[in-house]
Amino acid sequence: MSSAPTAFGAASHVASEVDNVFIFILVITAFFFVATQGTLIYFVIRYRHRKGRPDVATSSVITNRILEGIWIGVPSIAVAAIFFYGYTVWEDIRTVPKGAEEINVTARQWLYQFQYPDGRKSINEVRVPVGQAVEFNLTSADVLHGFYLPAFRIKQDAVPGRYTYVWLRASDPGSYDIFCTQYCGVGHSQMRAKLIVMPPARYRQWYRQETAKAEKVLPLADKGKAVVQRLGCLACHSTDGTVKVGPTWKNLYESRVLLENGKTVIADDNYIRTKILNPAATTVKGFPKVMPTFKGIIKDDEITAVIAYIKTLK
Amino acid sequence: MINGLIMNETSEPNYLTETRGLSSWIFTLDHKRIGIMYLCIILFFFLVGGVFGLLVRLELLKPNNWLMSNQTYNEMFTLHGVIMIFLFVIPVIPSALGNFFIPLLIGARDVAFPRLNLFSVWLFGAGVLVVIASFSHPIDTGWTFYTPYSARTAAAVTILVGGIFLMGMSTILTALNFIVTIHRLRAPGMTWHRLPLFIWSMYATSIINVIATPVVGMTFMLLMAERLFGIGFFDPAKGGDPLLFQHFFWFYSHPAVYVMILPAMGIISEIIPVFSRKPIFGYRAIAYSSMAIAFSGFLVWGHHMFVAGMSNAADIFFSFFTFSVAVPTGIKVFNWIATMYKGSIHLDTPMIYALTFIFSFVIGGLTGPFLGALATDVPLHDTYFVVAHFHYTMMGGTVMGLFAGLHYWYPKMTGRMLNEKVAKLAWALIFVGFFVTFFNMFILGFRGMPRRWATYPPRFQTQHIISTVGSWILAAGIVIMFYNFIRCLKKGEKAPPNPWGAKTLEWQVPSPPPTGNFTEIPVITDWPYSYPKRDE
Amino acid sequence: MSEREKGGHENPVFVLETSKLGIWTFLATELLLFGALFTVYTVFRIKYPELFYAQHLKLNRVMGFANTVVLICSSLSVAVGIAGIRRGNVKALKIALVVTLILGAAFLVIKGFEYREHFERGEFPGTNIFFSLYYVMTAIHALHVVAGMSALAYCLIRTMRGDFSADYAVPVEVSGIYWHFVDLVWIYLFPMLYLMG
Repeated sequence: MSSAPTAFGAASHVASEVDNVFIFILVITAFFFVATQGTLIYFVIRYRHRKGRPDVATSSVITNRILEGIWIGVPSIAVAAIFFYGYTVWEDIRTVPKGAEEINVTARQWLYQFQYPDGRKSINEVRVPVGQAVEFNLTSADVLHGFYLPAFRIKQDAVPGRYTYVWLRASDPGSYDIFCTQYCGVGHSQMRAKLIVMPPARYRQWYRQETAKAEKVLPLADKGKAVVQRLGCLACHSTDGTVKVGPTWKNLYESRVLLENGKTVIADDNYIRTKILNPAATTVKGFPKVMPTFKGIIKDDEITAVIAYIKTLK
Repeated sequence: MINGLIMNETSEPNYLTETRGLSSWIFTLDHKRIGIMYLCIILFFFLVGGVFGLLVRLELLKPNNWLMSNQTYNEMFTLHGVIMIFLFVIPVIPSALGNFFIPLLIGARDVAFPRLNLFSVWLFGAGVLVVIASFSHPIDTGWTFYTPYSARTAAAVTILVGGIFLMGMSTILTALNFIVTIHRLRAPGMTWHRLPLFIWSMYATSIINVIATPVVGMTFMLLMAERLFGIGFFDPAKGGDPLLFQHFFWFYSHPAVYVMILPAMGIISEIIPVFSRKPIFGYRAIAYSSMAIAFSGFLVWGHHMFVAGMSNAADIFFSFFTFSVAVPTGIKVFNWIATMYKGSIHLDTPMIYALTFIFSFVIGGLTGPFLGALATDVPLHDTYFVVAHFHYTMMGGTVMGLFAGLHYWYPKMTGRMLNEKVAKLAWALIFVGFFVTFFNMFILGFRGMPRRWATYPPRFQTQHIISTVGSWILAAGIVIMFYNFIRCLKKGEKAPPNPWGAKTLEWQVPSPPPTGNFTEIPVITDWPYSYPKRDE
Repeated sequence: MSEREKGGHENPVFVLETSKLGIWTFLATELLLFGALFTVYTVFRIKYPELFYAQHLKLNRVMGFANTVVLICSSLSVAVGIAGIRRGNVKALKIALVVTLILGAAFLVIKGFEYREHFERGEFPGTNIFFSLYYVMTAIHALHVVAGMSALAYCLIRTMRGDFSADYAVPVEVSGIYWHFVDLVWIYLFPMLYLMG
């Protein structure tokens, strides 16, 4: 499978949609290019000065309101259309479907480390099944990195100290490139990984085998649970819905949280991460401002594990 | 320097011959000499930056480090970018041609603050020296200096950004000088709507420089402080935010691309009417669109960060405003083309470069919507598509505009005509080389080739070979062009005061102009595009 | 002024207006320079309100307040000097400039004591985001104080030489505007750093 030639044609539904936007813009811009440059070349040939002719223009027109109105109006409509079409397809790129499987990605100089839900890790190679939506949660351990899948027409920077995401739903089995696009130092151009898309049945089989092989590794959510117990988080937070000193974690993930300052935020990965490292930044309405910071106590991969644990508390 | 080369025994002393010796240049208060000093320094660095560019292309001839290591490659592309952006494209038209021609075009004897102007050129020279000092540990961050990498690398980032800071101060002071000059020193009768369009574009450029440059200056100071004192505004490990750096950087660097392109647009707006023997079409639309571009340029910086991890709402906002820049830019192009309608078009070298500007800049401009639209920017961002787009606007736009301006004003600056045949040969090579090198990169980028890569998968090699060969053709053309510039200083025909039959004020004084520009300050009664009309 | 002679406009009113346009344009640049810093301040203050509250208590409000008073007085003395020279009173200008320079120096000395106090307590620019901001903002402001003092010192030398009169005092007018700006920045910095927790 991994020896299959690297595909470039649109490898997902979203990728085809992006290609359609590309073609749409290409048609519009090609029209403007031909219209303007055709006129330019025609004028140069038609009105060029010939020897022996008087060297004076035959027109002194310096303004024409109708013409100027058209060339302000038409491009305005064209760019508005491009913006809108680009925006609607981009919504699909950014909106992760429900039930997406999650894979955590940590980029570092100069490799990608993938972590599956069962806690297994792999370097520079990640496998996903055909037809399954997969969300990659990105972060970086050092400098900025890129995470670019040319065949899927998606890209996202991995930023140290925060989470970003991309998602895809592969339509065909095969081996696809993952490139680093954000300059990151000496090994930048060698920072490449492979996405291997497998038929669902073979994928499940492979996944079970790998899980069995790596039994000693705790699934990510279980590791998170262990961290939570070690750090004593449960003194103030419950996992069953009861209100203690702090809000409960049950159904917390992706829920709307009303803050003391009246704003509402979504309790996503970045929110939870910030609460752990810098709790003073936001306070949930109705709760005291007492949470201590865990900065310097909890490691980055432990935060990721805790978030994975909180996600399970539904 | 140049005054040694030009013998002008017969005529009145001009700005080149009135005084002689090195110190008469280093301490000159004459805006024309200051402009020439900028021009010499900046064009020298254009060639240096070009050599780095050629080395980058040479390395990419083969996919696997056949010429240099990754580290060396990273230094090469960074130096190419840093030199071309900060030592060439940003200052070249404003500091060199702007200094020389703004007072001449508005009928003034000099800029408002000549001593400040001299101080600016010294600051620029000092900045250049500091930048050169940083080559001891060549910088490897890319010209964008993104943190946290730039805060951690062992390269001489602190020294380099210090040098750029000095050059930024020089840019600000020059811009300040231009703004005050344009406000206060216009000749009697030179109303705002009688200003040559080059002046309008320089005015818009100067405003951007005054407003945007200090922000990047502060950003660079903070980056230096981050490296020197361990503060961490941009370092996530210290509670900082790397995206904050990107916001600040692009708050300057996006308007800065208009600093690069607006002056070139000004030059084109001067050349097209002169060589069409026809008044400019839509004067006010061109003038006001410069101001509109300058203004809206401040609202779009975030389109460099669509995949950087900004909020979705910010992405949408910046994409929307990005498209608002397209319309005033389009207006200019339409007006230039309309100016040629029923003209008497002369295809002298300045006009050929001006037409090349329109042709290639429009390609650069029309590839912008691919990057401004959210859906297509996601795959194209940070690929060769961006490299191609950028070079089509900067090389195809600004540099072609600069070449147009240099060929147009060479007779005025030096008192000699260029050799037309050599100039056209150089143009042909530059045009072909430029298209072979860069057009190809749009497709390379669409196919997924990331930028700033020293090595690459073999499937991209054919296209890299095409680009590299193109870069050689381009280089040959530029060498011939410079040969023509240097040779004609002595060998060129003597230039009459107004070889092109232009109406603007600089052509109403001798070539080269005397030190004080005008024996008597002219009184203006008409706009500078009043070409007569022939009835048919 | 010799700069103007070449321009062909020797009318002193014209020179003054031109120079004022120059300095106001320069202040626009300066405003954006500090604007960038104020943005950094705002971003991190929203992000770390607790940290800012806890850390700002460590600043010496007495010295900060003293410095505010010093700078306001120095602005006043520059204004008095300029009002004097407009009436042709060279002596008043001389005294005012000396007083302003002394006050400027006093500001820097007090700032130096503050810095020493922080260093002794181990509070350095890299200690935390608040102190990073404190040092960067005050140090860049102090650089502007030095620049303003240099301009005023240059004016003082030229006053001693007798260059200025009721008709011509452009450098003093321009330096005065700049000095007011430097004071104004401090008027913003003081509450932002010392008072707002």
